[in-house]
Amino acid sequence: MVQTRTAPEAPPGPRSSGHPPHAEPPRNPGMPLELDWVEQVRVNRSAVERRAATLGTRRSVKKAWQAGWLLRAISLMDLTTLAGDDTEGRVRRLCAKARRPVRPDLLEALGMADAGLTVAAVCVYHRFVEAAVDALTGSGIPVAAVSTAFPHGLAPMETRLAEIRASVAAGAREIDVVVTRSHVLTGQWTALYDEVRAFRDACGDAHLKTILATGELGTLRNVYRASLVAMMAGADFIKTSTGKEGVNATLPVGLTMVRALREYGEHTGARVGFKPAGGIRTAKDALLWLILMKEEAGDPWLSPHLFRFGASSLLADIERQLEHHVTGRYSAFHRHPLA
Amino acid sequence: MTEVSQIFETMEYGPAPEATGPANDWIDAHDGTFGLWIDGAWVEGSDGETLETRRPSDGTLLATVTQGSAADVDRAVAAARAALPAWRDLGPHGRARHLYALGRALQRKARLFAVLESMDNGKPIRESRDLDIPLVARHFIHHAGWAQLMDAEPELAGTEGVGVVGQIIPWNFPLLMLAWKVAPALATGCTVVLKPAEYTPLTALCFAELARDAGLPAGVLNVVTGDGRTGAALVDHAGVDKIAFTGSTEVGRIIRKATAGSGKRLSLELGGKSPFIVFDDADLDSVVEGVVDAIWFNQGQVCCAGSRILAHEGIAPRLVEKLRARMERLRMGDPLDKSVDMGAIVAPVQLERIRELVARGEDEGATVWQPSWAAPREGWFYPPTLCTEVAPASTLAQVEVFGPVVALMTFRTPDEAVELANDTRYGLAASIWTENVNLALDVAPAVKAGTVWVNCSNLFDAAAGFGGVRESGYGREGGIEGLREYLRPSDQGDAPVRDAAAEAALMAAPEAADAGEASGAVDRTPKHYIGGRQVRPDAEYVLPVRDRKGRLLAEVPRGNRKDVRNAVEAARKAQGAWAKRTAHNRAQVLYFLAENLELRADEFARRLEGWHGASDAARAEVDAAVRRLFTYAAWADKWDGRVHHTPFRNVTLAMPEPVGIMGLVAPAEAPLLGLLSGLAPLVAMGNAVVALPSPGFPLAAVDLYQVLETSDVPAGVINLVTGTRDEVVPTLAAHDGVDGLWAFADRELCAQVEALSVGNMKRLWCSQGRVRRWTDARQGEGPEFLRQAVQIKNVWVPYGE
Repeated sequence: MVQTRTAPEAPPGPRSSGHPPHAEPPRNPGMPLELDWVEQVRVNRSAVERRAATLGTRRSVKKAWQAGWLLRAISLMDLTTLAGDDTEGRVRRLCAKARRPVRPDLLEALGMADAGLTVAAVCVYHRFVEAAVDALTGSGIPVAAVSTAFPHGLAPMETRLAEIRASVAAGAREIDVVVTRSHVLTGQWTALYDEVRAFRDACGDAHLKTILATGELGTLRNVYRASLVAMMAGADFIKTSTGKEGVNATLPVGLTMVRALREYGEHTGARVGFKPAGGIRTAKDALLWLILMKEEAGDPWLSPHLFRFGASSLLADIERQLEHHVTGRYSAFHRHPLA
Repeated sequence: MTEVSQIFETMEYGPAPEATGPANDWIDAHDGTFGLWIDGAWVEGSDGETLETRRPSDGTLLATVTQGSAADVDRAVAAARAALPAWRDLGPHGRARHLYALGRALQRKARLFAVLESMDNGKPIRESRDLDIPLVARHFIHHAGWAQLMDAEPELAGTEGVGVVGQIIPWNFPLLMLAWKVAPALATGCTVVLKPAEYTPLTALCFAELARDAGLPAGVLNVVTGDGRTGAALVDHAGVDKIAFTGSTEVGRIIRKATAGSGKRLSLELGGKSPFIVFDDADLDSVVEGVVDAIWFNQGQVCCAGSRILAHEGIAPRLVEKLRARMERLRMGDPLDKSVDMGAIVAPVQLERIRELVARGEDEGATVWQPSWAAPREGWFYPPTLCTEVAPASTLAQVEVFGPVVALMTFRTPDEAVELANDTRYGLAASIWTENVNLALDVAPAVKAGTVWVNCSNLFDAAAGFGGVRESGYGREGGIEGLREYLRPSDQGDAPVRDAAAEAALMAAPEAADAGEASGAVDRTPKHYIGGRQVRPDAEYVLPVRDRKGRLLAEVPRGNRKDVRNAVEAARKAQGAWAKRTAHNRAQVLYFLAENLELRADEFARRLEGWHGASDAARAEVDAAVRRLFTYAAWADKWDGRVHHTPFRNVTLAMPEPVGIMGLVAPAEAPLLGLLSGLAPLVAMGNAVVALPSPGFPLAAVDLYQVLETSDVPAGVINLVTGTRDEVVPTLAAHDGVDGLWAFADRELCAQVEALSVGNMKRLWCSQGRVRRWTDARQGEGPEFLRQAVQIKNVWVPYGE
């Protein structure tokens, strides 16, 4: 007889809740730095690029499936504003959009009126954390703060740790930190580990999202190694970019990081989340990233506990595609409320 | 209809069908019945016999096509012959315009062809859409360029198209194989009779109409559908100048035998059992995707499929774990669904063969693993399969499955990896995975294969030659190396041809005459020269050597099969090290040989007088021999490869490699020069040779032993066995350890060599009785000799950190 495993039943999902079916996994506790593991990392760029290039040609998500997947993408979104001209008013507007990301008539038409669909989080600078927490009261939507001298991360360590503590005290439940790129570029893995460890300690119960700024790390091998070290140091999420680097989230980088978190999970049992950020603007991009997660990490990484989009303009394009699905006509930006 | 809200929860993939309307419309426009495409028009088959072609995904009938008869083939060949002069006269630019038009027309209709291909063959639409059809267009446009450059490229000077070409293509990449065959043929000014595979004739028929619409002249491309009988009629047809075949090694053998002695050019792209070598420093996640591309691409129905994974023992368990996880995520189903990785097997008989081979593997102790999901029950599907606990001796390690079945074995050291990789009759492709460039570039030349992919698999391009060594066939497709398969020297038309009787008369020892005055010299006993030593023959029989006046000069050994065996064994031991020497070093040996021959020029000239009967001719032959050695000493470090411009970020190195262990049947005439004209290029390129000197006057060769011994020719690189052609040549031609054979001999002997070579499909260069003027540098030496002494290995090396 040919040896096979028994076919698994399709996972039954809850029907009424707008929240994806997967429960929040335990946090990644981290582990001691294991330099042997870091040093033996191999990433073949050409092969990674080939795989990344065919992710979107091997799978096609159309019609009702596309609408369903795009709605899911909204629920995975860290709706973000990180501009120098942000104001409290701007942030409150964003929070309103976070609560009601899609026009109610469209949700009705899509059978999602009672699903309570919201984005996953709102992401702002420390200065606006309190305003965002206030604006989101009762929604259950967490506020994430970018921190540690975002986007460059070059302030004194004490300043950076103080910034984390201040944001947590102000009510942020997620902290997006940046690492010191020079630690990666010069192979100072212990320094990188200690840095992220300190960030994690400063976070307390808040979740730590570690931005690697992959556009500035030079090679995919560095991306993989930095991912591993960040996870060993206790990152809850690893995140590609600040959105301020020259190159943002690319699929080859994403694939490399997802393979790293998969391997980390296989070794430690811990599930670490992934957040691509920067440059993800279209519904088509969003589908590609979801395909990447489903194929390379698995379905648990299609829940907000383990996957986020860092995006500011993505939602608007998804809204248009959803309206197209409902009406059969191509939509326009001005038909959807601004964030 | 599944609800959006439900999909939001489950995040499953839905159906994503590709529309088949236009493809069905095309079939319907022909009422689902197709004739043959001959001389630019649809014609009915002569005897009314038909074939059905079915959809592998559900077994339903797609269309009925014609079973071409011998009479139909005859008609098609006549049309191709009639079209030939005008097509040739069109010239490079005229043909380039046609090839360009074919490529562009194909791009415009790409989706129709992709859908039709997936319907007929069962391959996923993703592959036909993103790989097959774009490669087809690329092939025609690339060869439009070759057509344009036929007069401009110096390397192609003095060549012309071979004439009417019969092409027989397989069912695994129907239109792509058509392109690989048709594009170079048309570019070189040949006309074509093409037989598509019986399971997958539709895209070829659709292409015939496309060619008509693109203005290709009638008769230049003819398509005759049918089964093996049609192919046999084409192979046997006297009006065909060349046969190009892609398919099984079994059928390749039949074709080699059938064409033996016909003088037809032959290129064969046959089976494989290609190794996929994973070193312990490879990027294992990328390796897994490489395996997907290697063996689950096109359901594994790929001649160069990486069907033997050789993994370093230290990482093998991790790799198996990762592969199994990946296999769980592969999606199999309707080939026209845009979200499937794997489609259907082409025909029930293939499916049955796969099942049988896997069952046999399991009986032999292999652990057979398949993913938990079930393959579709309707249609002809077989799930991806990973076999572990496979020993090199098991069926699954040796026999080509031609399905989605991969066997995994382990190795300890790079040397062992190479040894296992080469432990096969085949030699089509290999894939090497390591992040260490030193290792990759060390192993790439060591594996027996026509194509080596470093950290990638199953990449193809029109600019790079593809083809095999050993029982994977000969000839290349793609690149300038592939173009040459359709070219012949344009100035050989007037060379005289000698038949077997004339050849025998030439070599017959003159009537014995009185010894005349005794020379008084010490009696001499010539021997064979094997493994660097003069060795006694296995059996004590001799061949008398007489001069023109019939005086006995010497008695040389009459070699037998055991002498040949011993010589091949000596060559085997020597060849690897000889090929590894630097080209500069091989050049030095040849120069030294020339030097030492020159020292004894007078002696050789006197000896050759016994053959020529005249001192001038004898002296001229010796002088020419010294020059010839210089020529190949000169070439030894200058016969370079190329770097092909394939459209990926990589270097594709087209490296000339020695064929290996070569047999050489020296020409009857020019006993010294003729022999050295074969030996020198072969040895210069790194081959080891077992040669039969001219039985007409082997004494020149016997005298050469001492020159070889004093010239630092390593033992076993050159082995000389004297004797008769009847006794020596059949053993050499049939010897499975001989990689190639050159025969400068009459057509009858060449036919015998060709027929006997099928055991290991050795690479042949046979003169078919055509006589060369060996003293003429244009005929007696040059690039053609060097090309025949090597085979091109394309090594793909992607880069980027």
